[in-house]
Amino acid sequence: MEAFLLQVLSGVTNGGIYAAVGLALVMIYQSTHHINFAQGEMATFATYIAWALIQLGLPYWIAFAATLVIAFAGGVAIQRVILRPVEKAPVLTNVIVFIGLLVIFNAVSGMLFDHTIKVFPSPFPKEGLLISKYFSGHQLGSTMVTLAVLLCIFSFLRFTPIGLAMRAAALNPDSARLVGIKVSWMLAIGWGFAAAVGAVAGMMVAPIVFLDPNMMSGILLYGFAAALLGGIDNPWGAVIGGLIVGVLENLLGAYVIGTELKLTVALVLIVAILTIKPDGLFGKTVVTRV
Amino acid sequence: MNQLNRWPVWVIFGLGLIVLPFLIKDFRVFQLSLMLIYAIALLGLNILTGYGGQISLGHGAFYAIGGYCAAILMDRFGVPYLATIPVAAGVCFAAGILMGFPALRLGGHYLALATFALALAMPQLLKFKHFEAFTGGVQGIILMKPTPPVEFSLFGQPLSEDRWLYFMVLAVTVIMFVIARNLLEGRIGRAIVAVRDQPIAAGALGVNLAVTKTITFGVSAAFTGVAGALGAITVAFVAPDSFNVFLSISFLVGVVVGGLASIPGAIFGAAFIQFVPNIADQISKSAPWAVYGVFLIALMYLAPNGIMGIINRRKKGI
Repeated sequence: MEAFLLQVLSGVTNGGIYAAVGLALVMIYQSTHHINFAQGEMATFATYIAWALIQLGLPYWIAFAATLVIAFAGGVAIQRVILRPVEKAPVLTNVIVFIGLLVIFNAVSGMLFDHTIKVFPSPFPKEGLLISKYFSGHQLGSTMVTLAVLLCIFSFLRFTPIGLAMRAAALNPDSARLVGIKVSWMLAIGWGFAAAVGAVAGMMVAPIVFLDPNMMSGILLYGFAAALLGGIDNPWGAVIGGLIVGVLENLLGAYVIGTELKLTVALVLIVAILTIKPDGLFGKTVVTRV
Repeated sequence: MNQLNRWPVWVIFGLGLIVLPFLIKDFRVFQLSLMLIYAIALLGLNILTGYGGQISLGHGAFYAIGGYCAAILMDRFGVPYLATIPVAAGVCFAAGILMGFPALRLGGHYLALATFALALAMPQLLKFKHFEAFTGGVQGIILMKPTPPVEFSLFGQPLSEDRWLYFMVLAVTVIMFVIARNLLEGRIGRAIVAVRDQPIAAGALGVNLAVTKTITFGVSAAFTGVAGALGAITVAFVAPDSFNVFLSISFLVGVVVGGLASIPGAIFGAAFIQFVPNIADQISKSAPWAVYGVFLIALMYLAPNGIMGIINRRKKGI
């Protein structure tokens, strides 16, 4: 029983990270209907920036904040420079551009910071009030941080004028433009947020899996599964999907199939969700007019 | 008239392909064989993505299945190497059909996503410990290069193993390109393109959408599987980590560079993915991938139809 509880709790921690990646994917999908295949590599690159800042001697949380700002700016810049010209292009063009970005980020991470595996520090204490055999300091802390970030994003979208404009631009771009919202800039801000959320996921997972240019590829796959399970156009869904996928992954890994086939589990999950219930648990059913 | 005038060109071209391996070093011959193998794989991916309009980011997985098929048959069952190629084609056709079923329900991004997941999961599946008796686990399988059946020399160069492999690969490449041309320029090819461009109209005209799409997937996977088998025979080694997601991405790069929906484009694309990394590698380890990425994005803006698009535009301009 205790081992079971342990597995569930550590699943929740991983789930928080998948939820963050899933949310980043949903934020871009919601407004542009594109799946960002480069999300994982962007997050890894941001984590490398954080690592470099910490190496320069900055305190962890200042480096953390600086990384978020850099990631946000980077996300906005990518949308403005690279993706805006192909906004209306066919799906294939967009997928190829995303794959191009993935490859570039991966290569640049390798070039600037070389391919050796790096240790990334965890800012959380090893011992403390709530820390017990169920939760390590990092697990507890990273869950808190991811939840805090998700909460910030939701309050931003729900309670601020820019958040309202962003939701309007995603929901009905034409009408939004008519009432004076700069739709294209809203997409760019959405990209910025997605990049920043991805960066948080990267910085939280790096102390667990160590930092190397391919760090996020497996996590991205679980992020996809999380986003799909929750419904790819529903931010809350992505969070709940992330937690479910995290717990499921751990339980399956511990009791059913072992840890060697974790990516295959994600593959099966993705194909199964897409074929059986493509709208996910909370997504809206898409109807196409012929 | 054009057809008549052109035949001497083809004869010279063919003779050149036969003489060429005796003029260069063994290692260069090996690289040329790999280029031809990639051309077959790209042809397969192009049938699906260029002609069929279905995006696959996971064709490296079919290449892996083809390669492992050939390797396991040769290593564990002593099957002669030529016989493994049709088996690999058959197995990959089946695997493609299997992947084609979910693909029926998935359009555009979703299919890209599902195949991307397949590409990411493939190395792990190949390492799985319960398959280790066949796949050799992380170590992979080491094979013997086939010995040439005859002995002779040209320009003082013997028919070495690599040169013999080159001729074998060249023959299969020619066969595969002829099959692809006949397939795509006939009724089936028109049906595939019709399903891509106007599915509803195609359905109304009596094209069975589901069957066409699934078969396209199967055929595409079979081509790539043949390439995988040839690759395993030529390299004489298979291991899980050589079939990672970046293999699938380099196939995509090749198709985009050569030109979507173009048969000869596969050769240009294959030359690109075989030789450009070698050149860029001299700058740094990551440089080839940076070059790939920049090419992918730049081509989407400047020449969405790749090298063949540029050539065709020139022809029309004249």
